[in-house]
Amino acid sequence: MGLDFTVVPAYLDTILIGVLWTIAITVCAALLSFFGGILFAVIALYAPWFLRLPVRFFAWLFMGTPLLLQLFLIYFGLVQLGIDLPAFVAGVIGLGLHFAVYNSELIQTAILAVDKGQMEAARTLGCSRSQALRKVVIPQAVRDVIPPIGNNMIALLKDSALVSVIGVSELTLSSQLAIGRTYRPFEFYAVAAVFYYIVNLGMEAVMRRIERKTSLSR
Amino acid sequence: MTEAHKFVDIRHAQKSYGDLEVLKDISLTVDRGEIVAIIGPSGSGKSTLLRAINDLDSLTGGEVWLDGVQINKDLPYRQYEKHINAMRQQVGMVFQHFNLFPHLSVRDNVTMAPKLLKGLSDKEADKLAEEQLNHVGMLERIDYYPSQLSGGQKQRVAIARALAMQPKLMLFDEATSALDPELVEEVNLVMKRLAEEHMTMIIVTHEMDFAASVCDRVIFMDKGVVVEQGPPSVVFQNPTEERTKEFLRKHLAQHHALNAAEAAALTAAQTNEGAK
Amino acid sequence: MDIELILKVYPYFLEAAVVTIELSVLTVLLGLICGALAAAARMSRFRLLRIIGAVYVSVFRGTPALIQLFLLYFGGPQIGIQLDAFEAGVIGLGLNIGAYMAETMRGAIVSVDGGQTEAARTLGLSRTQAFRKVTLPQAMRLMIRPLGVNINAQIKGTALVAAISVVELTYTAQRYIGSTYKPFEMFFLAGVLYILIITVTGKGISYLDRKVRLP
Repeated sequence: MGLDFTVVPAYLDTILIGVLWTIAITVCAALLSFFGGILFAVIALYAPWFLRLPVRFFAWLFMGTPLLLQLFLIYFGLVQLGIDLPAFVAGVIGLGLHFAVYNSELIQTAILAVDKGQMEAARTLGCSRSQALRKVVIPQAVRDVIPPIGNNMIALLKDSALVSVIGVSELTLSSQLAIGRTYRPFEFYAVAAVFYYIVNLGMEAVMRRIERKTSLSR
Repeated sequence: MTEAHKFVDIRHAQKSYGDLEVLKDISLTVDRGEIVAIIGPSGSGKSTLLRAINDLDSLTGGEVWLDGVQINKDLPYRQYEKHINAMRQQVGMVFQHFNLFPHLSVRDNVTMAPKLLKGLSDKEADKLAEEQLNHVGMLERIDYYPSQLSGGQKQRVAIARALAMQPKLMLFDEATSALDPELVEEVNLVMKRLAEEHMTMIIVTHEMDFAASVCDRVIFMDKGVVVEQGPPSVVFQNPTEERTKEFLRKHLAQHHALNAAEAAALTAAQTNEGAK
Repeated sequence: MDIELILKVYPYFLEAAVVTIELSVLTVLLGLICGALAAAARMSRFRLLRIIGAVYVSVFRGTPALIQLFLLYFGGPQIGIQLDAFEAGVIGLGLNIGAYMAETMRGAIVSVDGGQTEAARTLGLSRTQAFRKVTLPQAMRLMIRPLGVNINAQIKGTALVAAISVVELTYTAQRYIGSTYKPFEMFFLAGVLYILIITVTGKGISYLDRKVRLP
């Protein structure tokens, strides 16, 4: 059948909209996974047992199962509970929760790695434990953890392609729409790959800037 | 027509890292069986010079000749590799940080190169290893692993490893600088033994006492040049150059508790000896 | 939790688990081979090899695995590559994980202390000999744990082939969710099996890692 890239320009607008949606999903899920990660980490380390154990269990579950399976669970499971969410929201929640769990592991490590002396110093000044955590330990841990979390964010971008399977019109699905009309999968998937690669490079550049800015205040 | 050549002949050695000139036109020779110590402040280029002798860090200018053969770094890759590997088998090197192979036992550390490069059988290699390890006093730890040894023990094994290749020349790059003080003596003893057995040795060191007691000639380097060289009695007691005096003054002030009177008396006694 | 349903359908999930295991093993093997080749290429003397290695790693790590899979399976025929879904899954995912493993391997190799390579060279060993006898043995010990992380991720990554209708665990879960409308139960079944596979593999890796520890 051969290759014919001339079919692509006609669908460029669809594809570009798909790129925008991909970026939107990635950013929303990234934010969710960042703050969710901090929340889970704090609960896993410091909360009373009835909060800590469920969170730990949930984390164990989500780290041991594929993202795609989790997306199915969330999308169809919510419907079963009577909550009918648009695919976009289900996708963001799925991606966000999945990566929140991984981020929380990183953050827990970073919190524990913050020098014990920091907590001691804060306490001797009269701070309570939660104040010391909030004002001294966690800010430092968060700063230390930015580089590895940055890596997770980039993985999130690539995994965002999976939400196409539950019907979110991001880049992958948009490509499939174009393929449905032109029967030229190679061309459109190749173009999609290029766009993902470019967005990836962009994200890496953004991450590097964020890393630099947050490590400046040493 | 074979003219008598020097065992180690360094001619106009020059080494630059970009704009930084670490070695500036150094020429020096070493005779067979001679023990030479190179001393000097950090940054003087003494390690760089040592490492140029077996081409670990190639010179940017000048030549190195070992026992009549020049180290030729301009050969095409394959030939260069064969040439330099053959040359290196004749030159043993001992490092400041030992560089023992952690995944091999003491025995295997010592036998690996002879078996691989000289085709020795397991039995022959083991015999050689036992000989060398006995020589350095580490025979009973032959089946230990480096992680189970102290610093001094590791360095002695490193010396045995180098000796197992039966080199003609031994290079020591600050062999005891990384050791705790009480472990330095055991390594010095091994080096003294080697010296007594007439191994040609070039020793880069900070230990003036040891250098004075074991070497035939001391070379003082500073900022990439040889400032002064001569027998230890001359260089240490009666240096001619101001820079040498400055260096020794600083160094002696740090390491010796001799007061000025004692030092003067010592010098006086020795010049009397020399005059006899 | 509808236990009756679970008991009725679990045999299908067990069958699917076998497929997941097959996919995992094959993609990991392919990944290890590609990874080793790419790592070697990136450290080669020849600039062309270095570039090829770097491009492979960059492209396969810089684009989604799902797209790579679709490109190979759906787009392959256009350039003369006809693979069935299982084959496409193995090759596509294998190439993908190989890029990540290449980086893992390279990282382990460069972390081996340079002083030992120097020592080996001063004894007269060639670059290749020094690499084989000194660097590689140690790098291989170092890379077991991080490769285990790659492998762990890959087991979960096999789920992607559900999107091209390979009947493995995730596909089966989706299928039964579609027909029974019981997502939690199906997630539970598939989830338990995935976690089982991952845990057993993880223990195996830990065991291997411990065994090669130096005294």
